[in-house]
Amino acid sequence: MNRRIDPAKLVPQLVAPVAALVLAAGISAVVLLIADKSPLTAFSGMLDYGTTPDSLVEILNKTTENYIAAVAVAIGFKMALFNIGTDGQSRIGAFFAGSLAGASWMSWLPGQLKIVLIIVVAAIVGALWASIAALLKMYRGISEVISTLMLNSIAGFLVTWLLNDHWGVQGPGGQIKTTPILPKSAWMPSLPLVGGTNNEVLGFFAIAVALGVVYWFLLGRTRFGFDLRATGWNPSAAVASGVDARRIILTTMLISGAVAGLINLPRMLGETHTYTEGFASIGFTGIAVALLGRNHPVGMAFGAFLWGFLARSQIILDLDEIPKEIVLIMQGVTVFAVVIAYELANRIGATAQQRRVGATADKAPVAAAAGASLTIEETK
Amino acid sequence: MTADTILSTSPAASPGGKSRGRRLTLPRLLIIISIGLVGLALVHLLTGADDVSSSGAIQAALESAVPIGLAGLGGLWAERAGVVNIGLEGQLILGTWFGAWGCLHFGPWLGLLVGILGGALGGLVHAIATVTFGVDHIVSGVALTILATGVARFLSFLAWEGKPGGGGSTQSPTVPHQLPRISVPGLSSLDGLEKKHWFLISDLVGVLRGLLVDVSVATILAVILVPLTWYLLWRTSFGLRVRSVGEDPHAAETVGVNVYRYKYYAVLISGGVAGLGGAFLSTVASTIYREGATGGRGYVGLAAMIFGNWRPGGLAVGASLFGYTDALQLRRGSDSVHALLILVGALLVAVAIYEFRRKHWMLMGVSLGLAVLSYLTFFLVHTIPTPLVQAAPYVTVLVTLALVAQRLRPPAADGKPYRRGS
Repeated sequence: MNRRIDPAKLVPQLVAPVAALVLAAGISAVVLLIADKSPLTAFSGMLDYGTTPDSLVEILNKTTENYIAAVAVAIGFKMALFNIGTDGQSRIGAFFAGSLAGASWMSWLPGQLKIVLIIVVAAIVGALWASIAALLKMYRGISEVISTLMLNSIAGFLVTWLLNDHWGVQGPGGQIKTTPILPKSAWMPSLPLVGGTNNEVLGFFAIAVALGVVYWFLLGRTRFGFDLRATGWNPSAAVASGVDARRIILTTMLISGAVAGLINLPRMLGETHTYTEGFASIGFTGIAVALLGRNHPVGMAFGAFLWGFLARSQIILDLDEIPKEIVLIMQGVTVFAVVIAYELANRIGATAQQRRVGATADKAPVAAAAGASLTIEETK
Repeated sequence: MTADTILSTSPAASPGGKSRGRRLTLPRLLIIISIGLVGLALVHLLTGADDVSSSGAIQAALESAVPIGLAGLGGLWAERAGVVNIGLEGQLILGTWFGAWGCLHFGPWLGLLVGILGGALGGLVHAIATVTFGVDHIVSGVALTILATGVARFLSFLAWEGKPGGGGSTQSPTVPHQLPRISVPGLSSLDGLEKKHWFLISDLVGVLRGLLVDVSVATILAVILVPLTWYLLWRTSFGLRVRSVGEDPHAAETVGVNVYRYKYYAVLISGGVAGLGGAFLSTVASTIYREGATGGRGYVGLAAMIFGNWRPGGLAVGASLFGYTDALQLRRGSDSVHALLILVGALLVAVAIYEFRRKHWMLMGVSLGLAVLSYLTFFLVHTIPTPLVQAAPYVTVLVTLALVAQRLRPPAADGKPYRRGS
């Protein structure tokens, strides 16, 4: 086990995100200075406000959503498949699940089972929507990048139409249409995780944690996960060793879409108890978090938390008359800095390793070569 | 390397030979246009939906096609040099902001220029990430779009929030001056002929008037960029080098082409052209910068480029088609889309017959099924709900790409990171 962890490759990988974050903060500070605002006031204000108990609850809630969105994207990333359509999959999944569970002819169903029904239906509908992109790729060779983006827009308009013209009901006191409000028995209980406040963390937090564990197990400890990663690393070699390319595209996209279908559920089950078009789109947030965390279950949790922290703590900036839009720039720069830093870390790690392998190659050529191939596979 | 490579068992893998016959020559283009016109005239005759071929609709279609086409041209420049530019959307966003800002401060002409520079700035970021640092092209493009959204909103706040003129962090004040519009003389007086609704004649007049009356000079500029791009890429040594870098960078390096530099040139031009498209959106097609106004047109532009098989002529056809469907929502789209279902159904039947002769049973079945669905919708429903009209361009993209995608040939080294000496 220990032989597979190579410090020469690991250290750059860990330093990279930290360096990228520092760089992003630095660039944001420069931007603020140019705009004649004090970066120190901005950052300290954000840190103070973002660490209050109330903020922490909200950050954990955002972390839950961000994390699910990131896992959905990461499953695709692992086999070099870009599911940029998580936004559409989440919308259409939550909408159908909410409409079905809230429908009057479903009122016989006990509340707890309704929660299960919503989760299952949202996942299935999300998966089906994603499968369109998979089928178009498998049989017509259309890049999933384009098709999922188109399906995002189509899903949005489809939900608008069905919600406003067909299945929606007038929201309480509002002018917008929503899916029928769920009965109290189908509200997901929240968790008192943070002390010092009456607010509680959305119950879906627990499911997100479980999702992370399942993700780790599925990809790292199963035959399917191995096939998936192998196809991502080297498609030709994977196919040559017996992986069915079409089937793995479909399966990956189905799983990714199913997870994406859950993105809107934390709020829907624990907060709004209905689906409206007002749900924020966090498809791109999921991509950013997956990149930040390098598709690693723990790394993505950090990324999801960071994004949640930034989204929450920006609220305070307006009080100091600092444009809170700076946070968007901070996020954009962070993503860029992180992907570039990881790429550089890869190069530095590989160079260091080559040098060392070169130095030992004279003594034991066979063993050194075998060791190198193992570690390259592990960190790629 | 992506999973695409394991699926390429299609004709796409065998370039040359047949592909030459499919090239978009002038006679072919004229035939396509004639068939389209007769189709529209028939739909107009059968349904009485005037806005399928009215001059107003065609003008709107042209103005919708320009940003899509410019985004597509931008994509073409980058991908011919082997860099996939999904960040077109981000460059388009930068173009809308910088275009509107430039127009407010320096007038419409310099506004376009500032928009181009804004887009090129986005291109520079993309080039630094993908060419110098070897970041995955899609990842960098998505990151660029996230960054561009933030930059546009931050700059809007600084420039317009709380200032007179009604701007804020999501929109600009109204842009005061517009670029001049010109008309081909004589066509304006044919208004009466168009209103007569004679089969084919009125439709032809409507289309001509839409294309030739009251056309912004920016539109003309955009149209000229299509043949200009073709000339630069296929008839100059500069273009040959750009394309060689996209087909086989190692070979290009061997004969002395500086691969990195040409990729930089191409991606910068790509961003600039997309930026022009953005500036067009905020200063010509409308008179205001509004957040979200690009609405995924960068991606649709990329789809138009794929539809056009990575060539300018085909790209222009694709942009026109997508622009037309995009503009339908502006003028009684519910009737127009309903009427056009006849044409869609007919096209799908034609595809089904074609696939039947090629013995592709599954494709034939799917086409036939969709055709039946089109006609059922046409006969059972009388208007198409507005949200679905708005979805029309995106559905069109998916369906058309599904029909053509496997016969396309992207540049051989498209999307592959290149490192000197590796």
